Amino acid sequence: MKQYLIVLFVTLVAWMAGTPALAALNVFACEPEWGALARELGGERVKVYDATTAFQDPHRVEARPSLLAAVRRADLLVCAGAELEVGWLPILLRESGNGNIQSGRPGHVEAAQWARLIERPSVLDRSMGDVHAAGNPHLHLDPRNIAQVATVLAERLAQVDGANAGYYAARQWDFRTRWEAAMQRWEREAMPLQGVPVAVHHKNWGYLLGWLGMREGMVLEPKPGVDPSLAYLAELVARLKSAPVKMVLRTAYQSPKPSQWVAEKAGIPAVELPFTVGGSERAQDLFGLFDDTIARLLQALR
Amino acid sequence: MLKQSIAAVLAAALAIPALAVGEGDIAALRGELRRIQEQYEARIQALESRLEKAERGMVEAERAANAAKAEAGADSRPAGENAFNPAMSAILSGTYGRLSEDPARYAITGFIPPGNATPGIRGASLKETELLFSANIDPYLRGNLLLAVDESDAVSVEEAYGQTLGLGHGLTLKAGRFFSGIGYLNEQHPHTRDFVDAPLVQRAFLGDNYGDDGVQLKWIAPTDMLVELGAELGRGRNLPGGSRMKNGNGATALFARMGGDLGNSHSYRVGLSTLRTATGAAGLNGNDVDLLGRAVVNNFAGDTRIWGVDFVWKYAPRGNAIQTALQLQGEYFRRKQDGQLTYDADGALALTNTDGYASDQSGWYLQGVYRFAPRWRAGLRHDRLNGGTVTIGASNLANVQTFQYDPRRSSAMLDYSPSEFSRIRLQFSRDESRQGAVDSQWFVQYVYSLGSHGAHKY
Repeated sequence: MKQYLIVLFVTLVAWMAGTPALAALNVFACEPEWGALARELGGERVKVYDATTAFQDPHRVEARPSLLAAVRRADLLVCAGAELEVGWLPILLRESGNGNIQSGRPGHVEAAQWARLIERPSVLDRSMGDVHAAGNPHLHLDPRNIAQVATVLAERLAQVDGANAGYYAARQWDFRTRWEAAMQRWEREAMPLQGVPVAVHHKNWGYLLGWLGMREGMVLEPKPGVDPSLAYLAELVARLKSAPVKMVLRTAYQSPKPSQWVAEKAGIPAVELPFTVGGSERAQDLFGLFDDTIARLLQALR
Repeated sequence: MLKQSIAAVLAAALAIPALAVGEGDIAALRGELRRIQEQYEARIQALESRLEKAERGMVEAERAANAAKAEAGADSRPAGENAFNPAMSAILSGTYGRLSEDPARYAITGFIPPGNATPGIRGASLKETELLFSANIDPYLRGNLLLAVDESDAVSVEEAYGQTLGLGHGLTLKAGRFFSGIGYLNEQHPHTRDFVDAPLVQRAFLGDNYGDDGVQLKWIAPTDMLVELGAELGRGRNLPGGSRMKNGNGATALFARMGGDLGNSHSYRVGLSTLRTATGAAGLNGNDVDLLGRAVVNNFAGDTRIWGVDFVWKYAPRGNAIQTALQLQGEYFRRKQDGQLTYDADGALALTNTDGYASDQSGWYLQGVYRFAPRWRAGLRHDRLNGGTVTIGASNLANVQTFQYDPRRSSAMLDYSPSEFSRIRLQFSRDESRQGAVDSQWFVQYVYSLGSHGAHKY
């Protein structure tokens, strides 16, 4: 009786799930920025699955059934690394039964291994909050890091999908040229932002601020990953009188309340930046992400 | 004479410039001044630009220094024999319990054997303390060890297994001791539960968590939706199996799960499972009450078949569970037993007697947990067991009591998590596991997790 039920169940499921697409290379991207990069380099020869959206904190995602199914089918996986996905990715890798994307295989790309990480803690203790031992993993906000990871990702795509190696190399060359030009433009546009002090909700803007020569004057979270209390925010506002900042930055996935509260009390703008691809109307790809980020920063400065 | 002449020369020398100014070449002097001023301005400008360059250079230097630090850090990792230490973590947990009925006399009326028959401890006590070690063994296998110290300070190996790493084709093989994949909650460790205790049906049929020594093979289908099939063969070490000293396979479990997302905000998983075990001749003992109301130890030896369905549904607005989230889950199990019941198994009443025993019973729970603020969650759970039908052999009819009773329990909880690694919980349960007694249970529980950041199952 039960055996029949299981057979029926499996048949039903197989029918509902349909047959998988076999044509394109399946890429599993932990964060939208790496998914966007895979699309730039892979074009129509890859099918990218974005595990998270700009409205989710990549650090706090659950190992959902849909993610497990996607990792199972992936030919290549591209993630930030540096423990950003430590709460969910290891379990997906382990349970997936997929050899292609295990750590150490060509199909396993961790961006953090190919960029210089900043804010590496000298002391590791959970009393410091949610610290990442390897350094700040939000490295995509420095476009020079994206360029570096693009080189690696293109190589890996070619390695995993040798038949299309030339295609990936050509797209990487094209992307590189456009990216270099865009970086020059962004750096020129962002000249007025140099030296501008800002407050941030969470310490995930280090790469952007470093690249643009801006200064992180204050962090709203008392410790990484710990929400600020109202009393703490009031203290911060008082501190802003002696060390003023020009704006308060946050991502789309963070609660707007703390940054808006501080901004209102201090009479400065609270700025929601896209943070990653899909985080705003304009940030539909990597170019849009930086276009919009710089435009919003410049507007807040005015 | 000499002095006079020197003085005259000096006077003349001093007088000449004074005379020159006096004669009024002021315009030239002004020109000179302007020239010097311009020179300085140019120098300041040059200095400023150098400073700017230096500042920019400092940013670069800082970046380089960070990189150097990162590299140095990579190099400074321990190179000795402890360089390959496994990831370690410990779970600390404790409760304060206030129970209106005596926990020592706890039983689930009409369910033999009684499963994990402890509703909790009165007063303050440690709950389960866990030690976890895990690491890759080699490129092909990962090892996990989980040691648990229970309320009575007994250390047990809860899980100890090797699992294949990327075997390919969606296959994963596990061998050792592990929690069975049947149902939803069974595979999860006590510290990840949303309530202080396991559901009654889990307690009565599976002893809170059914784990066995054996092998498990799992396969995930290459589909968009998660389709997972699993089979387990084991010794049948624990309830509902137990003490079987035979060659071959003593327990078989099968499970099938499917799951996925519904839009950005919803995800779900549903499953079907079966478990078939047999106890050895020694059977399983349990406290009971006989037909005359005397406390007695009864023993069941025989086959048990269980099958169940489970579901979990999670909601988080736009997939962001930080602010608000809702989780609804439920499981239903049906159990059939067929074997022998020994009345007064320990001979305390000198009435030991064995005859046939068969049962057809079921149970379910439904629970919902709502995160209403980043650190706060509240939950409700209802448990029910169905006494079903129990058939007792003729010679035991005068001894063993049968009940027309459905044990039940309702619980409410509130918990607060200062961070990802700590949680404090308050729970109230109205427990009617025992016929004729309503146990009001209050619990305060803490759960702390130390060490490496473990990944949790869905």
